[in-house]
Amino acid sequence: MIKIYIDEKKCVGAGQCVMAAPAVFDQREEDGIVVLLHGQVDDAQAASVRKAAKLCPALAIRVVEE
Amino acid sequence: MQRIVVAGASAAGLSAVQTLREQGFDGELVLVDGERHAGYDRPPLSKQALATAVDAASLALREPAFYAEHRIDHRRDVRATALDLQARTVALDSGDELAFDGLIIATGLRARLLPGLPAVPGVHTLRTLDDAVTLRAQLRPGARLVVIGAGFLGGEVAATARALGLDVALVDPLPQPMARQLGPLLAAAVMDLHRAQGVRVLAGRTVSQFETRDGRLGGVHLDDGTHLPCDVVLVAIGSLPNTEWLQGSGLVVDDGVVCDEFCGAAPGVHAAGDVARWKLPRSGRLTRLEHRQNATEQGIAAARNLLGAREPYDPLPYFWTDLHGTRIQVFGHIGEADRLLPQAGVPGRPGFAALASDGQRVTAAIGWGAPRPVRRLSALVGQPVDEAVSSLVPTP
Repeated sequence: MIKIYIDEKKCVGAGQCVMAAPAVFDQREEDGIVVLLHGQVDDAQAASVRKAAKLCPALAIRVVEE
Repeated sequence: MQRIVVAGASAAGLSAVQTLREQGFDGELVLVDGERHAGYDRPPLSKQALATAVDAASLALREPAFYAEHRIDHRRDVRATALDLQARTVALDSGDELAFDGLIIATGLRARLLPGLPAVPGVHTLRTLDDAVTLRAQLRPGARLVVIGAGFLGGEVAATARALGLDVALVDPLPQPMARQLGPLLAAAVMDLHRAQGVRVLAGRTVSQFETRDGRLGGVHLDDGTHLPCDVVLVAIGSLPNTEWLQGSGLVVDDGVVCDEFCGAAPGVHAAGDVARWKLPRSGRLTRLEHRQNATEQGIAAARNLLGAREPYDPLPYFWTDLHGTRIQVFGHIGEADRLLPQAGVPGRPGFAALASDGQRVTAAIGWGAPRPVRRLSALVGQPVDEAVSSLVPTP
């Protein structure tokens, strides 16, 4: 299991996280700021979430291993 | 491989060292960091960092613990001065010499200066955090700022300064600034946006002289005779790759470190980020991207290929710019002659999204205050344009 934290103030709405892990991240319609659909995911999805965190151009995603 | 040296510790270099460890590299990892501050994010330097006080910690690309956790020998405020490919060593300005088995070059860019004009107090460039702190101190409400160069950096500083209450003029030598990056229609819309917010745009003009009074900046003279009295000047006319240290090394340096499609410059030597000019796998064309997203992705690619992955680096380029409260986002590359195919909204207004096409394929997806639509359209970049357009369900 991993826990996911997002920083809306850092987010720049690039959508890279949604492309990497569409089951976990979405964007607000009005400004594109990240919406976290699941704050916690299992190991099957962990790799795509880690990829999202790494690709985020604002480093707005933090992953904590449980 | 016993020891890998990564020269450059900004977004690309940090992405590379992290990837090397994640991929299981267990040897010595030396990170040569030319800056005083540990790796920080640069896009905010022309935005938030000029509007409010920020420090290195708030812009840090990695937590302080990252360097120790990844067993990185982090050499701070030290620059690489020479590469010897035969001896496989990198010389540093600290006097040290580092032997390496693998090398990643990520030394980035520095600001270009106006050729032929002497340095005058009050004339700034913006590349580093220290530059931003120095410039910010001059951006007082009511002050007069002249920005030379209406590209991404110049445009963002003009917009930020305007919001801070400065009197701002934006000068660019091209009759249509930004047309090369955005195409003529959107480039014109960007200049309209600046004008609507009270920025004075002077296109097709160059600076002939800085006027000084008692050794301080008093104004700027343009080549058409225009005189702009001002207190502060920002020169934002582009950047130069930091490659001087590679002269005579045997690497091909031509507007960046020339690489193959695997970001390889020589056996065991790869390059990433703003400094890397690599061969696009599909077209074979050499390209260099000065985008934040590319720094991360190419750092990953260079690290994986250094460890033997042999994966061609073929990214979907992405950049964004924030101007007067509007975020403009582009996935792909808009050719200057490309046609714009609007998908939603009105050009130049928030909510506008479009595809660009060279007549055969979709070359780019563009959002103008439309972050979700542009992300969805980005999946169509590279597809034959007829198929792409017919796949879109028209919005009622």
